Amino acid sequence: MPFIPHTEKDVKDMLATIGVARVDDLFNEIPDNLRKANINDVMPSLNEMELSRLMHERANQDGGMKCFIGAGAYEHHIPAAVWEVATRGEFMTAYTPYQAEASQGTLQLLYEYQTMMASLMALDVSNASLYDGASALAEAILMAARSNKKKTRQRILLPLSVHPHYRETVKAIVTQQGIDIVEIPFDVKKGCVTKEILEKYSHDDVTALVIPQPNFFGVLEDVDLLTEWAHQHQGLVIAVVNPMSMSLLKPPGKWGQNGADIACGEGQPLGVPLASGGPYYGFLCCKKDYVRQLPGRIVGRTVDAEGKQGFVLTLQAREQHIRRAKATSNICTNQGLLVTASTIYMSLMGPKGLRQVAVNSHQNLNLLKSKFSALKNVEILFGDFHEMVLRLPKSVDEVLAQLAQQKIQAGFALTKHYPELGECLLVCVTETKNEADLDLFVNQLSLALEKNSEKKSKEVLNVATYF
Amino acid sequence: MSQLIFELSQHGRVAKAQQPRPSSQKLTLPAHLLRQDEPNLPEVSELQAVRHYTNLSRRNFSIDTQFYPLGSCTMKYNPRGVHKLAMLEGFLHHHPLSLDMNSQGFMACAYELQEMLKTVTGMKGVSLTPMAGAQGEFAGVAMIRAYHESRGDTARDEILVPDAAHGTNPASAVQCGYKVREIPTGPDGNVDIEALRAAVGPNTAGIMLTNPSTLGVFEQKIQEIAAIIHKAGGLLYYDGANLNAILGKVRPGDMGFNVMHINLHKTFATPHGGGGPGGGPVAACERLAPFLPTPIVIKNENHYRWSTEKDFPHTIGRLSAFMGNAGIILRAYMYARLLGPEGMQRVAEFATLNANYLLARLKKAGFTPAYPTRRASHEFIITLKTEAKELNISALDVAKRLLDYSVHAPTMYFPLLVPECLLIEPTETETKEVLDHFAEILIKILQEAKENPDLLHNAPYSLPVRRLDEVKAARELDLTFTKNTGPDTA
Repeated sequence: MPFIPHTEKDVKDMLATIGVARVDDLFNEIPDNLRKANINDVMPSLNEMELSRLMHERANQDGGMKCFIGAGAYEHHIPAAVWEVATRGEFMTAYTPYQAEASQGTLQLLYEYQTMMASLMALDVSNASLYDGASALAEAILMAARSNKKKTRQRILLPLSVHPHYRETVKAIVTQQGIDIVEIPFDVKKGCVTKEILEKYSHDDVTALVIPQPNFFGVLEDVDLLTEWAHQHQGLVIAVVNPMSMSLLKPPGKWGQNGADIACGEGQPLGVPLASGGPYYGFLCCKKDYVRQLPGRIVGRTVDAEGKQGFVLTLQAREQHIRRAKATSNICTNQGLLVTASTIYMSLMGPKGLRQVAVNSHQNLNLLKSKFSALKNVEILFGDFHEMVLRLPKSVDEVLAQLAQQKIQAGFALTKHYPELGECLLVCVTETKNEADLDLFVNQLSLALEKNSEKKSKEVLNVATYF
Repeated sequence: MSQLIFELSQHGRVAKAQQPRPSSQKLTLPAHLLRQDEPNLPEVSELQAVRHYTNLSRRNFSIDTQFYPLGSCTMKYNPRGVHKLAMLEGFLHHHPLSLDMNSQGFMACAYELQEMLKTVTGMKGVSLTPMAGAQGEFAGVAMIRAYHESRGDTARDEILVPDAAHGTNPASAVQCGYKVREIPTGPDGNVDIEALRAAVGPNTAGIMLTNPSTLGVFEQKIQEIAAIIHKAGGLLYYDGANLNAILGKVRPGDMGFNVMHINLHKTFATPHGGGGPGGGPVAACERLAPFLPTPIVIKNENHYRWSTEKDFPHTIGRLSAFMGNAGIILRAYMYARLLGPEGMQRVAEFATLNANYLLARLKKAGFTPAYPTRRASHEFIITLKTEAKELNISALDVAKRLLDYSVHAPTMYFPLLVPECLLIEPTETETKEVLDHFAEILIKILQEAKENPDLLHNAPYSLPVRRLDEVKAARELDLTFTKNTGPDTA
């Protein structure tokens, strides 16, 4: 029996101790008319070897692509040691460190993580993680609404230059609590928010302004200017940033005169594989004034009965298992294992290595830009860090399908979320690509653009892009 | 004492082989957007990092190393084969925004898991996107709200929650904008039906129930509860934290529940990871299925695709940037395939057998079950109320002393309504010998308490640290390491 160690004798002895004749008798408090579950439609059982064969086939179906898609999930080199150590049974098969004395490994690691992440953001404190970047932004907004009580209405300014899936997630989560989300446009020439755009919202109550850096298009927002504007209007600033880029770019705590109040985002670029979109982890940092509004687990350093250093979950009075209906959030399980990997990743990279990853990604983008600028039918709209927006002279979906035939994932189509930009593609390049990869990509894209769109019919309909 | 990684750091040390090659090109980004200082990350060698974190891991209890009877958390064996296959290159390098044609392998697994979850829950629709149980709860309650609103039924502003419920239940209801009303538990561990009748009314949007409940007993009047709630126009939410107790025996859909979540990291054996990742798929009956969160995998003949707005125009929306904890979905799928229908029923049977056996042994040894007349489900509660008074010890003391015997403590002081309680869930993957040993340890600890209660008060003794000062941790907040930091860090 898979994973069940009982011998027939065990079962007999155990039933005798309990004082029942059959295992089925143990379910005799369940009303008879309910005990009729038929689950025969569950797929038949496989053994490990058969399962291995099936999963290799399926993994091969999805593998072998050269990836130039970013859009919130980024391919970086992950040192071998990261997952070797993170998936040790002692990390992977432990649970939330409720029994602190038996969980010092996880707790100390989380304390080290909090230190690294807070420092990367140049803010005072970090929690021990949330689910992912999008839900972390939703929690950051809820946190801002709880913290900024001066406002009569809770109104959050959310630029359209924030990842469209993040905006959808935020709407699904925060509007349940009566918070208004006001989406503000970006300058379509520059691909970012400008002061002129913000001025139109000067007369409104602003609970918080969300500032992405780099934004969804890979463009760098003028973070100092935006931060100052929000603070002048008594709004809080919520930074949503790529943590990898913060080794190179000005971190949220340094924006404007007083810094962003809250920073959040997707932790995936720090040592977590693409893996079909998860598990990743969300991070959330803030100034210390707001620590009691911070949702999720937080680890603190303390001492034991002999005065020796130790670590515990702290400020638990914010949490659902203590405060129930009055908790700051309903979150319980978070993404501990991903944070474990990320902490090991940051330790291996160090400040210089992490910066080098950011620099090399950025310089690869510049190189790719220069190669694309030689193609006369490709227009580079904008993009600064490691992503850019290309406008193509033909259907993006068609080009994506053609490049996929060559095992190249050319980018993320913007046509659905930003139809005003035309046939546009969001392209990403990180430190993992070399010049030959870039040349191959540029050549294949160029070939795809030359081909006439005669085969537009069935093939393309079959490969509709992700939602 | 274990040093912090920052204390191993030496300025200028690098793990060279892991780093990208420096380039000679000049940076062209505007200076006012650049970072001026270095973040406080350690500068260590590869060996230092590997040794440090390997040693830290050894300061943890885990399923792989210890019996971990943490009630309500289902700490059962996490199959290694499943983990290894989820780490295949083809899955790890797969970008979430790949074209459908490049995602058929993953989507096939997700689709088949959706279908299997429908079968075991008796529901009509499943969305795999919620990333943990609490997010599944949020999704389910948001769906209840969307359903009522779609009918113009907007006066319902209250969710009923039994006092024994997980803390996430009331917290999720509040996140969805509802008021919470608590329903007391009767002396037999079932919901107090008269109190429920009195609480139900035109304001009732629904009720959230766990069955078997967190008290480790099956809610026998579930059909009556369903009738009361449905008659009032409310809906029933099933907290699937204990689904492993009834897998293949009873289905939430047949009990009258309308929407529910499933904790993949409990019932479907995905690793708990030191506090996550989890997985909290939500399943719904026909009436509520149109409101499921998206995306969902749809199958057309032999081709899989992601759902679009056209498929689910009434969805409550998106709950994550991509499609939730995909790697956990893969693992749960593989575990389900290793079990098959027979294996799934055995999960409930042997989890229940182990719990009832351990309960019987402890009862014989003189421990007091919280509900002595009831059959245990996959878990049970003992209360140390009497021992606490007579011996001047607490459930906390017993829990801490257990750690000295290299057993993880059961869940303590939950549910809140049972004084000095331990909630014990052995799971189906433990042998009879482990259960016997655990019972003997508990008996021995009780003996120790009689002879020398201070031995318990000061436990544990054999772990890396002694009992920790939580009050100090909360009063004198120390959440980040500040020694040796650069001039720029807070």
